[in-house]
Amino acid sequence: MALLELKGISKHFGAIEALAAVDFDMEPGLVVGLMGDNGAGKSTLVKVIAGNFPPSSGEMLLEGRRVHFHKPVDARAAGIEVVYQDLALCNNLSASANVFLGREKMRRFGPIRVLDDRAMHVRARELFGELKSETRPADTVRMMSGGQRQAVAIARTHLSQAKIVLMDEPTAAISVRQVAEVLDLLRRLRDQGIAILLISHRMPDVFSVADRIVVLRRGHKVADKPVADSSPEEVTGLITGAIRAA
Amino acid sequence: MDNRPTTTAANNGMALDPVEQTPPVSLWQRLLSKQAFWVTIAVFLIPLVMTLIEPTFAAVFWKEGNIFNVTRNFAFIAIIALGQVAVMITGGIDLSVGSVLAVSGIVLGLVMSADYSFWIAALAAIMSGVACGAFNGYLISYLRLSPFVVTLGMLSIGRSLALAISNNKFFYQFGHDQKLLIELGGGETFGIANPVIFLVVLALFMAFVFRFTKWGRHLYAIGGNEQAARLTGVPVDRLKFEVYVLSGLMTAISAILSVGWLGSVTNGIGLGYELRVIASTVIGGANLMGGEGGAYAAFVGAALIEVIRNSLLLAGVDPYWQGTFVGLFIILAVLLERLRGRRVN
Repeated sequence: MALLELKGISKHFGAIEALAAVDFDMEPGLVVGLMGDNGAGKSTLVKVIAGNFPPSSGEMLLEGRRVHFHKPVDARAAGIEVVYQDLALCNNLSASANVFLGREKMRRFGPIRVLDDRAMHVRARELFGELKSETRPADTVRMMSGGQRQAVAIARTHLSQAKIVLMDEPTAAISVRQVAEVLDLLRRLRDQGIAILLISHRMPDVFSVADRIVVLRRGHKVADKPVADSSPEEVTGLITGAIRAA
Repeated sequence: MDNRPTTTAANNGMALDPVEQTPPVSLWQRLLSKQAFWVTIAVFLIPLVMTLIEPTFAAVFWKEGNIFNVTRNFAFIAIIALGQVAVMITGGIDLSVGSVLAVSGIVLGLVMSADYSFWIAALAAIMSGVACGAFNGYLISYLRLSPFVVTLGMLSIGRSLALAISNNKFFYQFGHDQKLLIELGGGETFGIANPVIFLVVLALFMAFVFRFTKWGRHLYAIGGNEQAARLTGVPVDRLKFEVYVLSGLMTAISAILSVGWLGSVTNGIGLGYELRVIASTVIGGANLMGGEGGAYAAFVGAALIEVIRNSLLLAGVDPYWQGTFVGLFIILAVLLERLRGRRVN
């Protein structure tokens, strides 16, 4: 049974059909590469799964049960985490404060509850260790490299034992050297049995880490196949419409 | 620190970005990078330098009476700045504090002159400050209007309300609790002016809130990246509403103490205070873009402005030049911040 199943998901914005009856599923420990041109519906699909807005029609099943998300927090509570393209980090806070943002560990101090920074540092250090990242919990995000920022954003998804991680263009704005680092982080998540949806424009990234590839064109799913059975040439054709479906 | 980029990269046999290997920042380095630290030094350095240049200055400045006056004078501004800094951490601004001070002060005068007890009058003054703050906060957080414009509107509304409810009257008779009011604002305890004691207690409380509570942490998160805070489930709208209410509350407390010290209140009270309050927070290290600053920033920024004013006065500099010096320090503070920012990146 698939971990996440989308059945006939459609989304209209007025007269515009952003998604047209898309079927889609994700399994534990597998990376799905989601590709498509600008406006193909990639972001809309991610936002539906992440609970930013509900679909116009169709249903979503998580571990076989129907789910309805009204806010991103709902999806998060169900085990779906998103790493946003801009990473959604607060530059002025420490790495561990970012990891725990909105879910701070507290300590009782008589009648009052105070932030337990020590416990948060310890847990953040463990998470960075699992990701084999050298990020230090107390460092301010402003002073970090692109790879370290990614580690912070990914560690955040790890905190809640997420089952599904959606990554929106994680390699779009970083240096070539850091891309390798991020792809490594991604493989480690996969090895821990997490289902990953990788949205990317970069063909080499998708082909190096994805197990399956899904292509959207104008809101329709035009391909959904193992990476081994496809090629960058075919995917390019599918994205541009030179190949109608595969 | 021996983990220089080259050695570590060689040991790992990996080509990592040099930034990855920056040594941990020591406590001392962190202190040196804080604007509030340099401002604290300036607070003591300015009178020292003046003493060296002008020996007669020392005799006056370091006198107990003068120190008493300096601390009391900046307490009124610094208490308001404690609320203002919370607003500024979220990336907002409250321009209405001077006018809200007048509303609260006039309400206090009106109620006390009608011979109600001090406590009822103080409660009324605080409620009116909180109401003004809630008005600002509601429009800014729930209707998403610009803080600058909303509080600019309140600056005008508050001053006009103060005029209207006082009917342009001057209050100097405060009924049967007059002595209590005058003692609270103008008196002293253990040789320290009462407003200064209020300031210290409130500053310690706010420092605790900013540093150790979830509420405080979330304010910095909003200032750092409001969208990110929202996505992670931080109640952004509620918190933004609350900081403006806090600003109104602090302003009302300052109003009560100010009226007690002055022994009278007119609707002109607090005129131009918004600039002094914002200048204090900026000098102390708050950032108009949000995410920076704290209780100590508000405290020490207000202290520096008062020390500059007092020093110039005692050195016999024409008071017309005070604004120029305070203005230069505001610009210097921003310049310092820019220079530090450049070193970090």
